[in-house]
Amino acid sequence: MTRSIAKTILIGAASLIIAALLGGCGNGSKEGVGGTGDAASRVYVAPGTHDEFYAFMSGGFTGQVGVYGLPSGRLLRQVPVFSQNAENGYGYSEETKNMFMTSFGFVPWDDAHHPQLSQTDGVPDGRWLFINGNNTPRVARLDLETFETTEIIELPHSGGNHASPFLTPNTEYVLAGTRFSVPIPQQDVAINTYKDNFKGTLSFIKVDSATGSMSLSFQILVPGFNYDLSHAGKGPSYGWAFFSTYNTEQANTLLEVNASRNDKDYMAAVNWKLAEKYVADGKAKAIPASYRHNYLDDARIAQSEVIKTVKVLDPRECPGMIYYIPTPKSPHGADVDPTGEYIVGGGKLATVIPVHSFSKMLKAIENKEFDGEVDGIPVLKYESVLAGEVQNPGLGPLHTEFDGKGYAYTSMFISSEIVKWKLGTWEVVDRVPTYYSIGHLMIPGGDSKAPFGKYVIALNKITKDRYLPTGPELTHSAQLYDITGDKMQLLLDFPTIGEPHYAQALPADLVKPNSVRYFPIAENKNPHAITAENQARVERDGRLVRVYMSTIRTHFAPDNIEGIRVGDSVLFHVTNLEQDWDVPHGFAVMGANNAELLVMPGETRTLAWKPQSAGVFPFYCTDFCSALHQEMQGYIRVSK
Amino acid sequence: MEPVAGMTLRNSYQRATPDHGVARDTQPRTADSMSRTSRIIVLIAALLLSLTYYLPLWEISLEAPQYPEGLGLEIWINQMQGQNPGDLNKINNLNHYIGMKTIHPESIKELSIMPWIMRGLMLCGIIVAWIGKRRLLLVWLVLFVVMAVAGLVDFYLWGYDYGHNLDMENAIIKVPGMTYQPPLIGSKQLLNFTAYSWPGPAGWVAVGVFMISALIYYLERRPPMQPSREVPRVH
Repeated sequence: MTRSIAKTILIGAASLIIAALLGGCGNGSKEGVGGTGDAASRVYVAPGTHDEFYAFMSGGFTGQVGVYGLPSGRLLRQVPVFSQNAENGYGYSEETKNMFMTSFGFVPWDDAHHPQLSQTDGVPDGRWLFINGNNTPRVARLDLETFETTEIIELPHSGGNHASPFLTPNTEYVLAGTRFSVPIPQQDVAINTYKDNFKGTLSFIKVDSATGSMSLSFQILVPGFNYDLSHAGKGPSYGWAFFSTYNTEQANTLLEVNASRNDKDYMAAVNWKLAEKYVADGKAKAIPASYRHNYLDDARIAQSEVIKTVKVLDPRECPGMIYYIPTPKSPHGADVDPTGEYIVGGGKLATVIPVHSFSKMLKAIENKEFDGEVDGIPVLKYESVLAGEVQNPGLGPLHTEFDGKGYAYTSMFISSEIVKWKLGTWEVVDRVPTYYSIGHLMIPGGDSKAPFGKYVIALNKITKDRYLPTGPELTHSAQLYDITGDKMQLLLDFPTIGEPHYAQALPADLVKPNSVRYFPIAENKNPHAITAENQARVERDGRLVRVYMSTIRTHFAPDNIEGIRVGDSVLFHVTNLEQDWDVPHGFAVMGANNAELLVMPGETRTLAWKPQSAGVFPFYCTDFCSALHQEMQGYIRVSK
Repeated sequence: MEPVAGMTLRNSYQRATPDHGVARDTQPRTADSMSRTSRIIVLIAALLLSLTYYLPLWEISLEAPQYPEGLGLEIWINQMQGQNPGDLNKINNLNHYIGMKTIHPESIKELSIMPWIMRGLMLCGIIVAWIGKRRLLLVWLVLFVVMAVAGLVDFYLWGYDYGHNLDMENAIIKVPGMTYQPPLIGSKQLLNFTAYSWPGPAGWVAVGVFMISALIYYLERRPPMQPSREVPRVH
């Protein structure tokens, strides 16, 4: 009897131990996928190893793009796009200065907001990155083989290129909506005639599928609202694009108040496939315009072309091309979920997150469930299109991305948090604070058909006490959260360049294998290139002196230049003859009023120089290149 | 036929291909003629030498911390090139620090001679297979060794010249007593580089061809003065 009790106790104890062990295992594995594990080890990328993702973050007012590794948050590179860069001569060298030409002349700065990775079948393909210049309306394309800006196209009839550059699923078009409506064509009118004279445009920039080359295909003339953000449809909604609007009040002063009166503004739904057809059918009117198209040619020299006309579609003559979906309230984000069925509006003053249904929209159009029209554009009934509303999400919903597992993540500017909610049930399942005042957020591939998931990044507007202070101007901050578990978990804060508005990320393997190491010297088509040191020379043509210069470890040729006179214009055509990985040479002349040059291996870059007084002036290499880098120098003698 | 105690390797070799391998039924064999199988193998081996036109014969690799992507030279039968595009350029550039001559593959005359030697060697191999005499196979093997040794000696002398005849007047880095001859075979430390010198894929093919042919020569041996003891199989 006692023995059987003892046996029972033993068995009981054993089962408890087993249960504890099993339970322990369960907890353990949960920690590994986003529970309460060690955050540091999950963002640690050991020395000499690579990050899993490339992240591209807009540099905002720097006009640059910051390239980061995730999950480490390490800054890998700043790519100058809309800003002159004295560090390497981008925008200063003779080969690159045309990149900044606009219809306003040379504009060497801009405000870059929204990077977009080129897509194939709705998924990032790692070929190009597009980004908007908000101020002087432009779209740039970066080549992800070289990580340099290879093309910039200006947009006419735009007052601020904010709803841009969003891509259709096969990078057929770059979409670009104007933030500011303006008189089209421009004219001298009273500002308070806004309602009568101001118009907006939605631009469709065609992208060559082989080369990436952009051309402005057509514009749609739309009512004078502010067009804020956009996303193209995909899957069932392929062929459509959605643009959020605010200031449907059409206020021209104190917008803070006057553009916040309407209970609902609109989401514009554009059938771009139909628009394409209208253009093909000759419905578009060619109207005068003046804008620039700048691109690096085969010789890697920036060319700038002036284009004088653009095709414009008027919705009044193109039935079925565009509809307005009422959306509360001054919406920012216009975000399409991975299935292509749901369109999420981020009404920054709204108390709910409205989600529109694409299939209901088609039905409402078919049944003509309209609520009036604006300038020939039918306004759909809100309830007819609505899929659902996320109730009590927080304050100030701005922008939504998706994890591909049925959840959406919305940034809340005012309540400074990320809210995770479920598509279909519209219930909030988790929320985490951000530090502070999140603007956009980003999940790798989070606006694509097949998100890569894993992390969400908060792109914050205010930093305050998060880092060591640096006077009144502080770094902007990104925050990395793990989203593999049920609960989001903050892993890392990291500083960013400029102000990151939006960002994009993709697996490193889509980009890494294509990265160029150097330019083959035999393929250098620059007319002023030299392919061997024995071609180095100085040529005079009147007051213009061309120095054909080579660099190779560790000397310039020629390195003693005489015969230059005050009043000459000197062009240094510097060719880097190196054919080795990571051996750029610099070129810096004393007192140069423009910039220095960094010349990549196999490349030719040209610096213009005006000698101001007689004397002998040194030049040297600014990029440490070898053990004898300090010996890499020369002299230019300038005579009266 | 009952297994015979002390059966030779030759017997088992012949037994392995009883029907078409050994020409015992069709033609009388002298002591010096090789089996059809052996001749076919020698023929294939000789033809395999043509791979030396598609793969590097020899490889010199240089390892240093700054070259994680690798750096090296490939010696082909008719060309010399970098292991990666641009390597030759990089090596020439590095060599200028120590006063070494630049390497110009187009001026290395061996690269225009070697293809002819290889063609000759292949042709001889085909003739050996055609005639099928074991003694000719020996001649071919000897020729093979002579050519290989000549090649290695030439390679050594080439390396010696590059490594020792330095332009000390213009050398940037001068280390007293230091020479930069790459190893003939194996590895060697040359300042910050570890140099490795080994046969390339085509080199190993040549070694393999030689080994197979030598094995055939060995297997085809037969004791002199001893007539064939083979008896027709009883069905």
